[in-house]
Amino acid sequence: MLPQTIAEKILSKHVGKPVYAGELCVVPVDGAMATDTTGPLAIKAFREMGGERLANPERFHLIIDHAAPAPNERIANLHRMMRSFAEETGSHFYDIGSGICHQVMVDHHRVNPGEVFMGADSHTPTYGAVNALACGVGSTDLAAVMLTGKIWLKVPSSIRVNLHGHHLREGVSAKDIVLEVVKHITISGANYQSVEYHGELLHYLSLSDRMVLCNMVAEMGAKTGIVSPEGLQLPFNFEPVFADKEAVYTRVLDIEAETIHPRLAIPHSPDNIHDVSAYAGTPITYGFIGTCTNGRLQDLQSAAAILKNKKIPSGVRLVIAPASRQVLLDAMKDGTLQILIEAGASIINSGCGPCVGTHDGVPGDGEVVISAANRNFKGRMGNPRSDIYLASPATVAASVLYGRITVPNQSN
Amino acid sequence: MYGDNIDTDRIIPGKYTKTLDLSMLAAHVMEDVDPAFASRFQEGDLIVAGDNFGCGSSREQAPLALKTAQVSLVIARFFARIFFRNAINIGLPVLEVPHHSIQMGDEISFNLAEGKVVNHTRQEVYQATPLPPVMLNIMQEGGLVPYLKKYKDFIL
Repeated sequence: MLPQTIAEKILSKHVGKPVYAGELCVVPVDGAMATDTTGPLAIKAFREMGGERLANPERFHLIIDHAAPAPNERIANLHRMMRSFAEETGSHFYDIGSGICHQVMVDHHRVNPGEVFMGADSHTPTYGAVNALACGVGSTDLAAVMLTGKIWLKVPSSIRVNLHGHHLREGVSAKDIVLEVVKHITISGANYQSVEYHGELLHYLSLSDRMVLCNMVAEMGAKTGIVSPEGLQLPFNFEPVFADKEAVYTRVLDIEAETIHPRLAIPHSPDNIHDVSAYAGTPITYGFIGTCTNGRLQDLQSAAAILKNKKIPSGVRLVIAPASRQVLLDAMKDGTLQILIEAGASIINSGCGPCVGTHDGVPGDGEVVISAANRNFKGRMGNPRSDIYLASPATVAASVLYGRITVPNQSN
Repeated sequence: MYGDNIDTDRIIPGKYTKTLDLSMLAAHVMEDVDPAFASRFQEGDLIVAGDNFGCGSSREQAPLALKTAQVSLVIARFFARIFFRNAINIGLPVLEVPHHSIQMGDEISFNLAEGKVVNHTRQEVYQATPLPPVMLNIMQEGGLVPYLKKYKDFIL
């Protein structure tokens, strides 16, 4: 058998024969998920296909996170439709406040190493953090998975990203690493491919860090992103999937962790990457920390470390959406929430919040936002007449403290 | 005609996506890329874009909005993968045409099965990147719903 990448190995195991990049195959799917943006259309398509029973209700999840709680009657009725479908079909259902789909799937161990998972949300590759092959699909593809338990796909070729070194500079986090990777690969550079992370730095990265690295492969056009399991810790025994030594990659990207400075994606594309220092001083009025990229406990803690005993000045606001109920509870227990609230932050419901521009913090005309999210396309947060800069939670926290883009460091 | 990296947020902003009312999607399609789209576009017109059309979100509302607005075909040098699958799954004709000299106002016809685009104005024929048979079959059946109703399974 020829040497294989992690994606090739996982897919080979699922189809029962060795498969390699470029081959088409029909793959049994272990788990699947849809949200309130994609779920209603998926349910409609499932019905139109003649679907009555789900192929695998124990591994199908419906989550209300994109507009939660419902901001209007139209969305409230879509939520009702999801609730009754879940009850009827016996699928797992997560109502408002449970959290963002990807965080909920990982918090509840709904996806495991070596599995194939299809999610009707483009940031589904996040689960590569747990060494799974996870792809984002649309509603009709998901409906077919609901009906048949399978999907057709092309085995992706892989880009290998080697993260060298064993520590990061002060003020630098996994978000800055992934922005650096996006800068090299660009918004379409990994189209149809798997982005595979390797290197000694992995031993020092938490599960949350790994989720950040895989989350933003969506901003490279990738089909999936997978972290090699070195250093992966889960509260149960698992069989890790490693790449073979001689596996074939379309590209190898070597990154020295210590050379990475705090990074920023400037308007209006997530691959428009610069040093935060190059834009330091740019006035901002609105900071946002949350999303499937950076709404986890360590993100809130890094913001709290900067905002402790400080006050966000008048004219500037900070909105925080913890990624899940678990994150909210953990941040409450360890005092992080109190620090953030005392600094003047506004805590909103666990969910996607203002990232998708539906509710909970739409920017005004001409406003400049600094956000820990993953996309800064024009109009992303609901107003095409605003600008969005993407950065780490630490950079967002330091910036709201001064009302201008600020490099996070000890002097904050 | 549009440039590179037209993202799904600009094809249909997230604030409009939470609906099953397709006419609402069509009413706002492309408005952040081209505010004059709704007034200029005539049913049956096609969209020609550059690289990576449809990057970003997995929202199927993006191709649905274009289909409901009666866009007859989207041509790009290449598409973002989720958009490409979604378009074919819902029966919006899409072709990846790496080389062409189509200009605004040209009269175009196309054949999906052959992957050929004919420019009647310039009397030129362009070849699209061939699709795997499974995608071509889904497109020819008018989408994944009619395809699965007919075949019950995927045929590679």
